[in-house]
Amino acid sequence: MILFLLRRLVSGIIVIVVVTSLVFFLTYGTSIQIARNILGPSASDEQVAILNENLGLDRPLFEQYFDWITSAVHGDLGVSYFTSEPVAAALSNRLPVTFSMVIVAVLITLIASLALGITAAARGGVVDRVLQSIGTISYVFPVIIIAIGLVYLFAIVLRWVPSIGFVPITRSPGHWLASIILPSVTLAVGGIAGLAAQIRGSLVDELGLDYIRTLRSRGVSERAILGKHALRNAAGPALTVFSLQFIGIFGASLFIERIFALPGYGAYAMNATVQGDFPVLLGVTLVSVVLVVTVNLIVDVAQGWLNPKVRT
Amino acid sequence: MSQQLAPPGPDRTAAAPAKRKRRVTRALLRNPMAVGSVVTLAAMTLLCLLAPVITSHDPMYSSVEHVNAPTGTEGWWLGGDAQGRDMWSRLLASIGVSLTAALIGTGVSIVIGVVFGLIAGYVGRAIDSIASWVFNLVLALPTLLILIVLLPVTRGSYQLTMLLLGVMLSPGVYRLVRNMVIGVRRELYIDAAKVAGLSTWRILTRHVFFVVRGPIVIQAAFIATICINVQAGLAFLGVGANTPSFGSMISQAFTNLYGHPVQLLWPTLGLVALTGSLILFANAYRDALAGTTTAARRRSRRAIADVTRHADEAAPAAEKPTGKALLTVQDLSIAYPRPDGSLNEVVHKVSLTVDSGEVVGLVGESGSGKTQTAFAILGLLPHEAVVTAKEASLDGRPLLAMTPAELRKLRGPGVAYIPQEPMSNLDPSFTVGSQLVEALRRTMPRVQARQRVLELLARVGIPDPERTFDSYPHQISGGMAQRVLIAGAVATHPKVLIADEPTTALDVTVQAEILDLLRELQRELKMAVLLVTHNFGVVADLCDRVVVMRDGRDVETGEVRQIFSRPAHEYTKSLIDSILDEETLRTDAPVSKAKEGAR
Repeated sequence: MILFLLRRLVSGIIVIVVVTSLVFFLTYGTSIQIARNILGPSASDEQVAILNENLGLDRPLFEQYFDWITSAVHGDLGVSYFTSEPVAAALSNRLPVTFSMVIVAVLITLIASLALGITAAARGGVVDRVLQSIGTISYVFPVIIIAIGLVYLFAIVLRWVPSIGFVPITRSPGHWLASIILPSVTLAVGGIAGLAAQIRGSLVDELGLDYIRTLRSRGVSERAILGKHALRNAAGPALTVFSLQFIGIFGASLFIERIFALPGYGAYAMNATVQGDFPVLLGVTLVSVVLVVTVNLIVDVAQGWLNPKVRT
Repeated sequence: MSQQLAPPGPDRTAAAPAKRKRRVTRALLRNPMAVGSVVTLAAMTLLCLLAPVITSHDPMYSSVEHVNAPTGTEGWWLGGDAQGRDMWSRLLASIGVSLTAALIGTGVSIVIGVVFGLIAGYVGRAIDSIASWVFNLVLALPTLLILIVLLPVTRGSYQLTMLLLGVMLSPGVYRLVRNMVIGVRRELYIDAAKVAGLSTWRILTRHVFFVVRGPIVIQAAFIATICINVQAGLAFLGVGANTPSFGSMISQAFTNLYGHPVQLLWPTLGLVALTGSLILFANAYRDALAGTTTAARRRSRRAIADVTRHADEAAPAAEKPTGKALLTVQDLSIAYPRPDGSLNEVVHKVSLTVDSGEVVGLVGESGSGKTQTAFAILGLLPHEAVVTAKEASLDGRPLLAMTPAELRKLRGPGVAYIPQEPMSNLDPSFTVGSQLVEALRRTMPRVQARQRVLELLARVGIPDPERTFDSYPHQISGGMAQRVLIAGAVATHPKVLIADEPTTALDVTVQAEILDLLRELQRELKMAVLLVTHNFGVVADLCDRVVVMRDGRDVETGEVRQIFSRPAHEYTKSLIDSILDEETLRTDAPVSKAKEGAR
């Protein structure tokens, strides 16, 4: 088990290094006019040269990358070219907003997918068809349309929740929930479609296996067979899909933050893209890749824990 | 979302590709959903190609007089947006952008996925593991964010962004192709010898091409939708070059949502028509490949429901318990509904009885319906099975009329079951002990149940019960697993034990031990046993009476000794002969010795 975890950990670190260096070399390597971009067209060539030197942009790329990654390990992600705000500080202000939304969305996804998937596997019929329809709808209607539709219905027509803005949980948990419930539900729609279908599929496969029949032959209740035995064995494939859905939800939060005007990492990243603020872009990349790798690692640990062949 | 793209396994009809192609095309033409979506796609493509002729303004031209112009305005008949641009021409231009995005992204991902999938699946080994590792890595990336972060590199060009997206979506195609190539290659190992003359590579590409084409079309449709949605999404966020796009139209309309919600309608309609027809086409294509249609499925579902209802109404009335033997089965028939709703009967009017303390063999070749009969008695047949009988009773209680709850109470103390394949009949995720304790918890506290299971494990000849109790199924051998399952079956003191080929999956030496154990337990607990087997050696060894089955019918019933000396039916004779041959071949010494001891 420890060896298995170590392997996954090393593989995760490789992913982080590969992705950040890819982004680093692609951005820094292909853009020759960083200082010119910052200073604008009116600056003299001399000023540009001085800034280049100050930012260390005249040094070899490998050296620059090495510098960046060593300070990143120490939690220093550099400062924004345009606002001179430290990237790490800016991110730590914005990520709680994104995380509030993503975590609530993930919880909704998990609970709804389990309920829908189990019911569809056990009962079939109407629930099963509803589940399939949700799948098709989530593919046909992009998340932005679903989000705008929900805003229009709940915030503009019904006025149940505020349409935009964010309230920190520390200020008022009630208002916090009201401010993120709609974004989270929107994010969860796509996740539920994929995950519930996977849970249903794995459960149906498990329920057809020999050991289930043998458990039935001993008079074990259907509830225990479905909720304990089949679910436990179906959890592996479902977890894999869950980790993919998580990446999807995290990515879709970019759109949702824009629509609901939430001050998360998305607007920050978008600004940086438009301006060419590379330290910010790298910081955002690093945080997202670390997040994805961490979630995958947690899923791997859960997989190992669920599977006695790995655990023992 | 990848499970929606799950590939159907290698298709055996690949041998007749031309015929299959025609069948699929015909099925698609008959499906209004498929025709409708193709027509929609074609119409939208045509509209976007005709744009210069049927629009009067450039999509970027803005006119101050037409800011937020209402629908139906002269020359701006879908109205103007917040900057006074013609929504109609912007809509047509957006279709073009979406289609280009879909073509680039889908093309790139299919080319990369197919090439590497073919190589990895065909060459295997090192290349396969490296490629699979890389593609898994790509799959785990936060796609959207990386596309946005790299916008300064792609200079905002949506074509370049779609190229990148294509790379990032290729793992799905790669996996699909690789798995199918491996599947085809496995099957070809057998056929390859027959088809000398043709190189494996040649066969592989031909087979793979026809097998993989269908699933790839389906996956391409899904990838195209993802590309269209991502392109629209990025344009909605306002990153990238300023091209007309559904995304930028939606973004514009969103800021106008309070004042002019109708502006949201056109881009939404355009986008949904495009992605919707792609998805519906993919669904229709999948149905066509599988040879089913939604309508047919619905018909068959209804038919099955009808059949089951009829059977439910008929069964209890037909049962009149006579209560002579412990287990009585008279004229038991089992049928399964076909897709068209008619019934396919697999077991025809089988009758058998088992008295208390009696061991009855149910003998026949595989496919003779003996296991079906056994499962029908246990009530463990699949839901769609239609079971009818003149009588099926245990201890005078009718079996077929029982509710699921009553049946569940009966299983364990009334009737128990020993399966054929020991390893697949233990839940791999729970310890052996916990699985056995679970069934006993209905009648006794946990500590006592644990004590009883440990005693039983010792009784069935497991050397270290404590250790086996805490072991997972993968940690014990097949013989041990079968002992565990026997312990599980007798734990509840069943009146009738149904053993389905309990020794078939085991080594010859272990077989004899398990048979000895079964005989001992049967005497000790005075159980009635219904022993399902294809082996007359086992019958001679254990059974008092025997029922011979063939093609779903009972052809002969009688005392074991009488059947061995004077088999009435030709089939029984041949079974005995063939199995005696097998016995001499196997030199199954322990069984024959035990046989003499038994008499």
